[in-house]
Amino acid sequence: MAIVFEKTKGLTDVQTHYCPGCTHGIIHRIVAEAMEELGVLEKAIGVAPVGCAVLAYNYFNCDMHEAAHGRAPAVATGIKRVLPDNFVFAYQGDGDLASIGTAEIVHAAHRGERISSIFVNNAIYGMTGGQMAPTTLVGQKATTAPYGRDEALCGKPIRMSEMLATIDGAKFVERVSVNSPANVRKAKKAILECFKIQIEGKGFGIVEVLSTCPTNWGYTPVEALRWLENNMIPYYPLGNFKRPEEGK
Amino acid sequence: MSKVLMKGNEAVGAAAIKAGCRFFFGYPITPQNEIPEYMSRELPKVGGVFVQAESEIAAINMVYGAAGCGARVMTSSSSPGIALKQEGISYIAGAELPCLIVNMMRGGPGLGGIQPSQTDYFQATRGGGNGDYRLLVLAPANIQEMVDLIIEGFDLADEYRNPVMILGDGMIGQMMEPVEFKERKKRDLPEKDWITTGTKGKRKPNIINSLYLNPEELEDHNIWLQEKYKKMKEKEVRVESYNVEDSDVVISAYGTTARIARTAISKLEKEGYKVGLIRPISLFPYPFEEFNKIKDDCKGVLTVEMNTGQMLDDVRIALNGRIPSYFYGRTGGMVPTPEAIANKVREILGGEK
Repeated sequence: MAIVFEKTKGLTDVQTHYCPGCTHGIIHRIVAEAMEELGVLEKAIGVAPVGCAVLAYNYFNCDMHEAAHGRAPAVATGIKRVLPDNFVFAYQGDGDLASIGTAEIVHAAHRGERISSIFVNNAIYGMTGGQMAPTTLVGQKATTAPYGRDEALCGKPIRMSEMLATIDGAKFVERVSVNSPANVRKAKKAILECFKIQIEGKGFGIVEVLSTCPTNWGYTPVEALRWLENNMIPYYPLGNFKRPEEGK
Repeated sequence: MSKVLMKGNEAVGAAAIKAGCRFFFGYPITPQNEIPEYMSRELPKVGGVFVQAESEIAAINMVYGAAGCGARVMTSSSSPGIALKQEGISYIAGAELPCLIVNMMRGGPGLGGIQPSQTDYFQATRGGGNGDYRLLVLAPANIQEMVDLIIEGFDLADEYRNPVMILGDGMIGQMMEPVEFKERKKRDLPEKDWITTGTKGKRKPNIINSLYLNPEELEDHNIWLQEKYKKMKEKEVRVESYNVEDSDVVISAYGTTARIARTAISKLEKEGYKVGLIRPISLFPYPFEEFNKIKDDCKGVLTVEMNTGQMLDDVRIALNGRIPSYFYGRTGGMVPTPEAIANKVREILGGEK
């Protein structure tokens, strides 16, 4: 019988620890598929964050580093500078990348490090139990914002893609979502394009992926997908913010 | 090879390149700026890479990434910057990565000052970051020794898969002395089969990591680390001693302070005093046993440091109450004079005050 579907070689057989309905699993899969399809899996070195994806080093079927909180872009810089011909990616959440690690991501982009960043934004600290993130929406409740995020006290949520797109060294910046099959396909297309930017030596690339956290948001998986669509996408518009001009 | 006159900080860079270091990640801070400046100038000439990071924190995490790929890699800084690196140093120790870290100490706490000090002894020898770990800490007293220890230090880092710290101070970094770059003795170093270079489809993924969520596994990991530190204690103690066995007072000092103490001893000898010196070169592992050679009726061991008494704790552990312990220190960037040290020795021996 003809094989019509196979699990990507980019993931190990380890059972993940992610909560039911969490979209990290989808994102892992499309990142892994992209590496496999581009033929870079065997020379890939990934960097896992601190946060929900802390154990990503057990799930991606390639060499991995586990970085300190927020430092994945610095670790990836060290790796890429030693092994410029390898494929290097960092996988971070919003607490990791948009709060404690803002200096590292901004300067990795600024130096034009030839690495690829996958930024999973679910508007909350998941692993530590639902605390407010820099990306938590105004009015959204979190364990450290029990009355909802107050703009007067905490400011508005930070839009990392828009900020990073202003940096010269960042050659590819796109925000995608995985809340529907159509958006998952678009997300994979963006990740493939982002990875090619590194493979072609053009500079830094990042894909921000809007993701759900049913557990800490307090919704069912289906409600969470709907909440993302109705609340996150209006504030975090999807689309490409930057790609190299034709021929460059 | 003939001797060349070099500034301490530049000699650090030259020694590292001689040892095969090709990657440097750093951030400016006085009084060690000549190290990153030298590396930015010289590394590209030998096919190496210099990156000025956005912070000390980023720099040490770049070291983590590079070391995990098997590179000979280093960073350098001075006290407040080394404080910032502690997060990364703890991860590097936990993940058992080899690297070299240079601390040209300056006065503290906080922003402190930019003059020489030895106030990071606790931080260097007790594990300044979180967790139960140790660095191999080497404290040179002159530039030649610093060069030799750096060249050997990279090998030690590889042998033990452990970060090695060169603990200098603003004085040794800034002064000039003649140095000779001797050919390195080839060591049999373990093969780095744990590094991440891409699986090439030929092996299972390698993982650089310090996370062990299972407490049994984390305890086993810590027991393993302690076994490694025990081996360092057995094999890597380095100390220079002078007239330890039959002196009436023994001075204990390390780094540049030991040189000043040596001048004080020469002065005292001319006056007929019998004064010895124990100069620890490795601060971890500490040369505790050297203190057992001091005779029981020795009048005292005088610890001299450019701080308010940090190595003093180790000296007291070594003496275990057997001989009276005294301390003389200057701090804040003030340097002890030979005369002040000599005066303290005379005082211990009941002489002039």
